[in-house]
Amino acid sequence: MSDAGAARPATDWPLFEVFIRSRSGLEHKHVGSLHAADARMAIEHARDVYTRRQEGVSIWVMRSADIIASDPAEADSLFEPARDKVYRHPTFYAIPDEVKNL
Amino acid sequence: MYTQALDSQGREPVAAPAAEAAASAAFQARIDAEEKVEPKDWMPQAYRQTLIRQISQHAHSEIVGMLPEGNWITRAPTLRRKAVLIAKVQDEGGHGMYLYSAAETLGISRAQMVEQLLSGAAKYSSIFNYPTLTWADVGAIGWLVDGAAIMNQIPICRCSYGPYARAMVRICKEESFHQRQGFEIMLTLAQGSEAQRVMAQDALNRWWWPSIMMFGPPDADSKHTTQSMRWKIKRFSNDELRQKFIDITVPQAQFLELTIPDPQLRWDEAAQHFRIGPIDWSEFQAVLQGNGPCNRERLEARRAAHRAGEWVREAAAAHAAKQPRREGNQT
Repeated sequence: MSDAGAARPATDWPLFEVFIRSRSGLEHKHVGSLHAADARMAIEHARDVYTRRQEGVSIWVMRSADIIASDPAEADSLFEPARDKVYRHPTFYAIPDEVKNL
Repeated sequence: MYTQALDSQGREPVAAPAAEAAASAAFQARIDAEEKVEPKDWMPQAYRQTLIRQISQHAHSEIVGMLPEGNWITRAPTLRRKAVLIAKVQDEGGHGMYLYSAAETLGISRAQMVEQLLSGAAKYSSIFNYPTLTWADVGAIGWLVDGAAIMNQIPICRCSYGPYARAMVRICKEESFHQRQGFEIMLTLAQGSEAQRVMAQDALNRWWWPSIMMFGPPDADSKHTTQSMRWKIKRFSNDELRQKFIDITVPQAQFLELTIPDPQLRWDEAAQHFRIGPIDWSEFQAVLQGNGPCNRERLEARRAAHRAGEWVREAAAAHAAKQPRREGNQT
């Protein structure tokens, strides 16, 4: 290992996920992640990394470790209940053409 | 921005053991159906390793790529040029951040990648081991180096690995100004005084061949191309991309009334392509192996920056550790 290795911290700063509201009226949308020592630094880094071209009017950050995600391997069984319920869509219902405004 | 056939560097991926064969076949079927692979999906170990190597090298290239251009920030000829150059160099830093994040989703830590760069174990695009001797070099880098990088990167926007593809979409969007500002610098110099014209020609003379080599070795010698194309990490071969770049760049040089430093360059009427003379690959190999003009200087600059930032990282960590205690006291 080089001399550069000696002073390096053993671990990274915590990882944060970044969400940006691109303009008022729209939802915050996930744009990526970054490392920061704390939440405030995460906001400031998010501004520099993800909004250099006025991409946002509001930023949310949260620790990636706090996200609870569904398991892709279980996606089939998790989403199975919706699979046979086509009657939840308007196109399921046959309405005579003469009937308007439905 | 700065890829250079990154899949052509490093070790061969290990072959999948027999037990994984079925899973690998299912994986390949997903790839063939143009499905995107996401971080928590199952993937062959060799796919993961190939991406870690390629994305981290790409990220390192962005970070090291800040150095040659950063060299001219204090000496940019006008305030406008200086503001533009700062914005461009800052973009490169941002692109490095997007890419490190994408690589981290594959299970390597940021600290590991930084360590690989600083120890010299990791590769980065060898184009950044050339010096920026004059202001015209800043123009030539934007025009040629960013031009070649964009040519390489646009197909990666459709890469099978979701996080890499998404980072690339963002990068390509931001990058389009980089090449244009470079061409604008070349145009201004080419239409300027005799001395400025000479400076522009000199920059083209020095950057042309290294830019051509950014696409990596010829297809026949590119050991990872076939597998990377099967995995849809790569969409076009090195030679295909190189030819595209030559075909669009030669007319731009003609517009500038500058001469491409290749006496054998000719228009192939039948094929409708420009044909270049032979490439000196021994130079490429020398730079790749650490013997370019600036290899040591670039790594030392990164190490010095890392050392100089040490106290800032420590202070930030100490501050962060104090925060919960303070908040506890207030309530």
